[in-house]
Amino acid sequence: MYGKGILKGLGVTLKRFVNTYVDDLKWLGKRYYTAEGLAHRSSKDASGIFTVQYPEEKLPVPEEFRFIPFLVYDETEEGNEIRCTSCGICAKVCPPQCIWIVRTSDPKTGRPVPAPADFTIDADICMNCGLCSEYCPFDAIKMDHDYEIASYGRTVYGLEDLMKPASYYAEIRPINNSIEEAARKAKEEAKAAKAAARAAKAAQ
Amino acid sequence: MATPIEAPTLDFSSRFPEGVVADERKGFEGYIVDADKLIEFATALRDEFGYDYLSSVTGVDYVAEEMLEVVYHAYKTIGGAGLVYKVQVARDKAEVPSLYDVFPGADFQEREAWDLMGIKFTGHPDLRRILLWEGFDGHPLRKDWQEAYYEADVKPFKSRWPEGNFYRSEEKVDYKANVKYPGNFDPEKWVPEGEDALYGSLAKYEDTDTSGLKTDHITVNLGPQHPSTHGVFRIAATLDGETIMNMKPVMGYLHRNHEKIGERNTYLQNMPFTDRLDYLSSMSNNFGYALAVEKLMNIEVPERAEYIRVLMAELTRVQNHLFAIGMFLNDLGAFFTPSLYAIEERELVLDIFEMVSGSRMMCNYFRFGGLARDLPEGALTMIRGLAFERLPRKVDEMDRFLSDNEILRSRTVGQGYLSAEDAIRYSAAGPMLRASGVPYDIRRADPYSIYDRFDFNVAVRQNGDIFDRYIIRLDEIRESLRIIQQAVEQIPEGPIQTGKPQYQVRVPAGESYGRVEGPKGELGFYVVSDGKANPYRYHVRAPSFINLTAFGPMCQGLKIADVVAVLGSIDIVLGETDR
Ligand code: SF4
Ligand code: SF4
Repeated sequence: MYGKGILKGLGVTLKRFVNTYVDDLKWLGKRYYTAEGLAHRSSKDASGIFTVQYPEEKLPVPEEFRFIPFLVYDETEEGNEIRCTSCGICAKVCPPQCIWIVRTSDPKTGRPVPAPADFTIDADICMNCGLCSEYCPFDAIKMDHDYEIASYGRTVYGLEDLMKPASYYAEIRPINNSIEEAARKAKEEAKAAKAAARAAKAAQ
Repeated sequence: MATPIEAPTLDFSSRFPEGVVADERKGFEGYIVDADKLIEFATALRDEFGYDYLSSVTGVDYVAEEMLEVVYHAYKTIGGAGLVYKVQVARDKAEVPSLYDVFPGADFQEREAWDLMGIKFTGHPDLRRILLWEGFDGHPLRKDWQEAYYEADVKPFKSRWPEGNFYRSEEKVDYKANVKYPGNFDPEKWVPEGEDALYGSLAKYEDTDTSGLKTDHITVNLGPQHPSTHGVFRIAATLDGETIMNMKPVMGYLHRNHEKIGERNTYLQNMPFTDRLDYLSSMSNNFGYALAVEKLMNIEVPERAEYIRVLMAELTRVQNHLFAIGMFLNDLGAFFTPSLYAIEERELVLDIFEMVSGSRMMCNYFRFGGLARDLPEGALTMIRGLAFERLPRKVDEMDRFLSDNEILRSRTVGQGYLSAEDAIRYSAAGPMLRASGVPYDIRRADPYSIYDRFDFNVAVRQNGDIFDRYIIRLDEIRESLRIIQQAVEQIPEGPIQTGKPQYQVRVPAGESYGRVEGPKGELGFYVVSDGKANPYRYHVRAPSFINLTAFGPMCQGLKIADVVAVLGSIDIVLGETDR
């Protein structure tokens, strides 16, 4: 019969239409604007309406999500300590070459000091590839989760804008942070053990 | 890793006592053919040796040797490893006979090599620029050509560290100095000759109307801003009434010279750039490029990483085909209902990509010798849920929803026909080739990674029309799901990277060609290394681009409204077409 295929197809649409209401009823008011409702709508069991009511509702981003890098500083008793040593690896690895670093040098000796005098990232050029944070040997540059940076002007970040505390990093990337912290701790302990061994030897 | 099939050692010395010698440079393979023997050689390869498929044509500029080299990659459609042959000509007299008559699939690729490298293909019937505009000065892929924002030959640039004082390139280059014109060129007075040439090449059609009625042909442009082209793409067509007499695609509106950028980049820096080729399937792009460089570096990939690669590549195929079907239905006029149904499922796949790689579309997930990171917790469960429960059901639903629809069928069945012979001649690849009845799938024909371990069928359809190009994508999704199901069951624990992650890899001198069966067809990366930190030559065999070669011939005789349907069934992404 001509038109059977069309009817079959319309059946699918109708089923989806009805499903929307069925699903709404099942969740009764909890389907929208709640975390569980949102999780359900983006899970394999989702049916009915998929749409997320941005900006009222926002999809949670996964830990690995990457958007524009920032520089991590540690909050210590002596004040804020930036982790970056201005080694330049991130500037070298950056594919569109949007990182500019000025190395600090000691005014007396002229020797390089391990902290950046200036650090610029041109966010308009950054392609969010994450290579800088992947290859930084000091866990000093990390990818952010904040994606709402649209603006009418140009976005160029200087050293001040880029700095964020280590606690913020731990909050957005808890798993990565704990792995890195553990590695750092192990390294420090090994170093301390070595120093202790050396001291013991010297004392002999 | 599958042991790569040995490149065949053919003895051409008896057939070609002169003019064909083996390429003996270290790290190179294949044969070097004299320019005047080229056509004879290519014809013999096709007719006598069975290399009936010319996959890729490109050039390399060996500026130190004062030489341009044209590189051809040929395959047998019955499967097996490929054969490379090259023609070398002097840089200042770069003329090579065109292979257009032997392999019409060389059409666009030769035009591209002319456009970007300045290699003249004698005998090509329509040798115009293809990606750049006619008033463009020079041939940018030549090594001595420099762009307006030229800073240095290779990255990293010295100005970034240790005295990296920020500036923008455009502040250093004056307005108007960022475009170069050929000598005597006045942009105000310029008449686009290219347009005349384009319309001229369309006008070659001869009138065979015998009805005695006096009719005119009219030329119509579709695009570049046309909703069905999914980007900026133009079609110039001569019409007799509503019927297409002749038609030529015009592209390059999104051209950024990806390959020149690639030759400035270091090997690793190129990885995120490949994401931006076919931006719907960045994982496959990563895959092809990683294979090419790994071949040069001669490194292995750990088991677990191979499995994850296959998982990602197949998920990419699933979401690409879903999107292709959805958008194709849009083109047919089923405004957005099917495509949004498809996009729902695609979103779920992208959720997995985001979780694994950090980005939904620009994944940048593969590294030489492995992957950027292991799967996070929960990713496998999500993949399992999709591959075993949701997607099979949804593909069936899609099938039920669309495949029997009478309107869809009457617009697609028997339309836009491409025969198996033509598909091969025009170097069509992927679903387009297989929908014409040629069971050629690189995952089977020349297996890479660990595809030889999985049980799956190569989807083939016999009619070569628009409908088959639609339905074959559903078949392929089903086969991909089978591969994913096997891979999640078998995936072992273990490392995901050979050696330490490095930002500066050592790549020995030589050439390599890595190819994968991307969702759109054969995606190949041709890389030449001179042992330095940046590729000497980096070329992408882009399926979206080469599949368009058959577009014009396929549309001849159709009504103009069907052009959109044919284009939708080819499934192109302009990021890859224009590169
Ligand atoms: S952010 Fe890391 S890689 Fe970049 S300069 Fe600082 S320490 Fe080096
Ligand atoms: S994310 Fe990529 S593009 Fe952006 S600054 Fe880092 S390396 Fe450069």
